[in-house]
Amino acid sequence: MIAPLSTRRKLVGRPQMTWLERLYLPAIFSGMLITFRHFFRKKVTIKYPEQERPRSPVYRGLHVLKRDENGAERCTACGLCAVACPAEAITMEAGERAQGEETLYREEKYAVTYDINMLRCIFCGFCEEACPKQAIYLTDRILPSSRKRSDFIWGKDRLLERHDARIDVQTRHHYAKGDEVL
Amino acid sequence: MIPIPKLKVTMPDIVLFILQKSVFITVFFAVTLGVAAYATLAERKFAAFFQDRIGPDRAGPFGLLQPLADGVKFFFKEDFIPKQADRFLFVLGPALSMAAACMSGAVIPWASDWVTVAGRIPIQIADLPIGVLYIFGVVSMGVYGIMIGGWASNNKYSVLSAIRASSQMVSYELAMGLSLIALVMTTGTMSIRDIVLQQEMAWNVLIQPLGFLIFMICSFAETNRTPFDLPECETELIGGYHTEYSSMKLGFYLFAEYINMFVASTVMATLFFGGYQFPFLSIIPTPWVSLVSFLVLFAKIFFFMFVFIWVRWTVPRFRYDQLMRLGWMVLLPLAILNLAITAIWVVLT
Repeated sequence: MIAPLSTRRKLVGRPQMTWLERLYLPAIFSGMLITFRHFFRKKVTIKYPEQERPRSPVYRGLHVLKRDENGAERCTACGLCAVACPAEAITMEAGERAQGEETLYREEKYAVTYDINMLRCIFCGFCEEACPKQAIYLTDRILPSSRKRSDFIWGKDRLLERHDARIDVQTRHHYAKGDEVL
Repeated sequence: MIPIPKLKVTMPDIVLFILQKSVFITVFFAVTLGVAAYATLAERKFAAFFQDRIGPDRAGPFGLLQPLADGVKFFFKEDFIPKQADRFLFVLGPALSMAAACMSGAVIPWASDWVTVAGRIPIQIADLPIGVLYIFGVVSMGVYGIMIGGWASNNKYSVLSAIRASSQMVSYELAMGLSLIALVMTTGTMSIRDIVLQQEMAWNVLIQPLGFLIFMICSFAETNRTPFDLPECETELIGGYHTEYSSMKLGFYLFAEYINMFVASTVMATLFFGGYQFPFLSIIPTPWVSLVSFLVLFAKIFFFMFVFIWVRWTVPRFRYDQLMRLGWMVLLPLAILNLAITAIWVVLT
């Protein structure tokens, strides 16, 4: 005789139901009592636009392209973020800074276009880690929804932080980042 | 020769009578449709509460305008009739469903007589001497709407659903009818007004507890509510008989279900739970009796509607063979037993 493979084997049977069980009515009534108790229980719904689910301090949300303290764009279009991106969501076009554009761009090279496809993006934050110029950060903001696919290609017009509404990236914890956070 | 009594019906009497009944019919329709509309909201709200959710709360305060939004949405949807469908029957189906659902309220006494200086006005559209039979007949007509709709859709799921619905309704009508016969044997009358008046001392549920249980289970089956909602089970039949329906035609089917629920609750409250009667009705001052008794009846109706919803969100759906076994091998013998016991009891007393 071959020894059983498992010692925890258990025979499962379907025992004959008693008369009361076959009546089903007691089971139905006890079930109704359970649902009735749930009727008065505290509701778990979060009414989204008014209430928000509490998020983790390391939550990685919408990206921002940072400016430096003088308001010039930090990005130099080196392309390291695009290389680091596992979802291949980032595309950019580099350009040379012209005379008199020093207040606009921090270094001689800058990104003419910088697009992130938010439908491809997996919000891993590798772009943030790869960036040597501290130009791109993930923030705690939530990506807004839309009905059109084209709305999810975010260009510089929406990624770049505005002069009059600078974004504090320190509201989010950056455990991976050793440097000083801007 | 027996002298025929001369009918003293003058013109104003008839006009007054027609006017009075028209007002009742209009009010009855408005109330029925209003209750059914808000039953849809109540269903969604209560379903949410049973599942620890909040439910629809965006349209108006606490979502109270939700039925309105749903109605408007139904009207603006494309009214599509499939090419292979029988156009006439396809339109007739939901109309018949709705008509059958609305008709049965005609014989219900909604409140105790309204005493005015002109006399007592019964708050009832028609006091038929065969009221119970009428309700039973009209309720069984509801199956035609489903059957015709399912057949006319020319869709295999719809036809399956129509077959299920008709066999289910026929099976459960037997037990339902037998439980009603037992009730009529104890009351000795089929007039619903008289049945309600008889219940001043004791509700019929005390005399016919088994009959009530059978009647209630059969009402669930007749209104196609869970656990007997096989004609429209989404998981197997993609919506069943109304798979091909859209726009307000679908709305009519869904709406008819809630009207049926309302009517079934009303019939249960009227036949078994004393209708508008309640223990202290006699001490209410005369001008208020009608109003109070009306509210009492509605409290009972709303209780039963709550039970309908409560059961739906507790009990899972039957398998088809279980459904048939319950109908033919449990409820029918029980109903016959109840009938026999009642017969013996009636003969002995």
